[in-house]
Amino acid sequence: MHIFANPARFLRLARPLTAWLGWSGGLLVALALAGGLLLSPRDYLQGETVRIMYVHVPAAWLGMAGWAGLAAASLMQIVWRHPLAAVAARAIAVPGAVFTAICLATGSIWGRPTWGTWWEWDGRMTSMLVLLFLYFGYIALAEAEREKGGEGRLAAIFGLVGAVNLPVIHYSVLWWRSLHQGQSIGTSGSKIAGSMLWPLLVAAIGFTLLFAAIVLMRMRAALARQKVEARMRRLAA
Amino acid sequence: MSHWAFVAAAYAIALAGTLGLVGASFAAMRSAEAEAEAMKGER
Repeated sequence: MHIFANPARFLRLARPLTAWLGWSGGLLVALALAGGLLLSPRDYLQGETVRIMYVHVPAAWLGMAGWAGLAAASLMQIVWRHPLAAVAARAIAVPGAVFTAICLATGSIWGRPTWGTWWEWDGRMTSMLVLLFLYFGYIALAEAEREKGGEGRLAAIFGLVGAVNLPVIHYSVLWWRSLHQGQSIGTSGSKIAGSMLWPLLVAAIGFTLLFAAIVLMRMRAALARQKVEARMRRLAA
Repeated sequence: MSHWAFVAAAYAIALAGTLGLVGASFAAMRSAEAEAEAMKGER
């Protein structure tokens, strides 16, 4: 990671990688959603609504993985003072919040025909809503620190502390009685039939590549803005 | 309401959110990099 402490070196890699990740992610998402809508079978209990899984599960994964990435970048910022770590954490925050919101919205839409309710204050849904509020808090704090010219250390500490919510989300279906179904895919295998599993895995990979492309675009934008601001300060001095 | 209406609503939200995010991030990156490039030319 320290190899990329030099922004010029990072940008040399990020420029071709952004397009590659974006196009391959978009292609895989299109393939997975077409497969999920047209090729995979309906569920014997849930009927056609099971197809919501192909957008809901990747969004949930990215909402949680986004905060894990944000916390890792925050740790690198605090411990090693990596110059790109704060830029990376801030670049992850908005896409992480959007995918968490997509997860909550699609989950609510899936819940209405399956459980008979749009919302239930159970462990999984509530902890996911807390994650969305944590993202909002991080975005507001990081932006306030940036405007004051700070290094973003408070936001980094907030990013690390907020990671406490991740195991709560993961284990919520085991710790509390919940309307939400338990874990379907684990290290020991999958409870989902192969005909439904492949579009889910392809969608998860595709959305992850798109997420990475979005983060790189936001990092490139932030680095370019930093360059402009530094130049303006030099001119003003 | 048909099951397909729920599926369509969920896909519309997911795709609108993802495409909106890609579009906004791409536009912000292009405009920031163009501004930085223009400033380099002013030297």
